[in-house]
Amino acid sequence: MIWQLDLALLFLIVIIAIAAITVRDLLSAIMLLCAYSFLMAVVWVEMHSVDVAFTEAAVGAGATTAFLIAALSRTKRWEKK
Amino acid sequence: MNSKTSGMGGDKGGDVVVETVARLMVPFIQLFGLYVIIHGAGGPGGGFQGGVIIASSFILYVIAFGIVKAGNRFTEATNTVFFSTGVYIYAGVGLLCIICGLAFAAEFLNYGYIPLTHHFEENRALGMDLVEIGIGITVMAVITSIFFNLVWKREGEEVEGED
Repeated sequence: MIWQLDLALLFLIVIIAIAAITVRDLLSAIMLLCAYSFLMAVVWVEMHSVDVAFTEAAVGAGATTAFLIAALSRTKRWEKK
Repeated sequence: MNSKTSGMGGDKGGDVVVETVARLMVPFIQLFGLYVIIHGAGGPGGGFQGGVIIASSFILYVIAFGIVKAGNRFTEATNTVFFSTGVYIYAGVGLLCIICGLAFAAEFLNYGYIPLTHHFEENRALGMDLVEIGIGITVMAVITSIFFNLVWKREGEEVEGED
C-alpha cells in the first residue's frame, strides 16, 4: 500500500462524488458515476482486493452505466432548477 | 437522444464503424467472460463477474444493432429459460451433494461428495466450477433481461420531455 497514492485517489473520488450530485446535466452525472466506479476499482486493486475490484469494474462501471443511460433515454436529460 | 438516430431505441442500427467494431468485439468479450467464470475458483473473478461481462457483450450488441434485431436473437422466452436453468444447476448441485453425502455429512453444497472422480479435492474443484457456471448463466440472463426491459419501447410510444 502506498499511502500517497491512496490519498490522491480518495481525494479525487470525493471531488467526483460531490460533482456528480451538484451537476445539472444528468448524462454528465452518469459519466461522473462511471469515473467514480473506475477510481474505486483502482483503490480496491491498490488495497490488494482484486476480486472486489473486478466486481466494481464490471458492475459499477459497465452494467450500471448502461442501465442508467437506458433509463435516462426514457426521461429528460436536464434536471429542473 | 432521438430514437431514429440512436441505435439503442430505434429499429435502425448505428453507423458502419460501430457495427463492425461491435461485430469484432462481441465474441472476444464473451470468451473473456467464459475465462473469468472458469478461473473463478483459483483467482480473481467468478460466476457473477463473468456473467456480468457476458451480459455486457449483449449490451454492446444492443447499442450497435438496435433493440429489435437483438430482441429477435435473444427473446424473452430464451432469457427465462436461461435464468431458471442457472438456478436449477446451482440448486441441483447442492441437492446432489446432500444425496451423495447421506452416509457421511449430508451438507448442502459440500462439493467433495459428488462422485465425479476418485479424489475428494478434484470433486470439490469440479463441483465449484459447476456452481460457478450456474451462477454465470443466471446473472447473464437477468442483467440482459433488465437492460432489454429498460430499453424496449412499445409501438407508438413517445419519449417524454425531449429538448
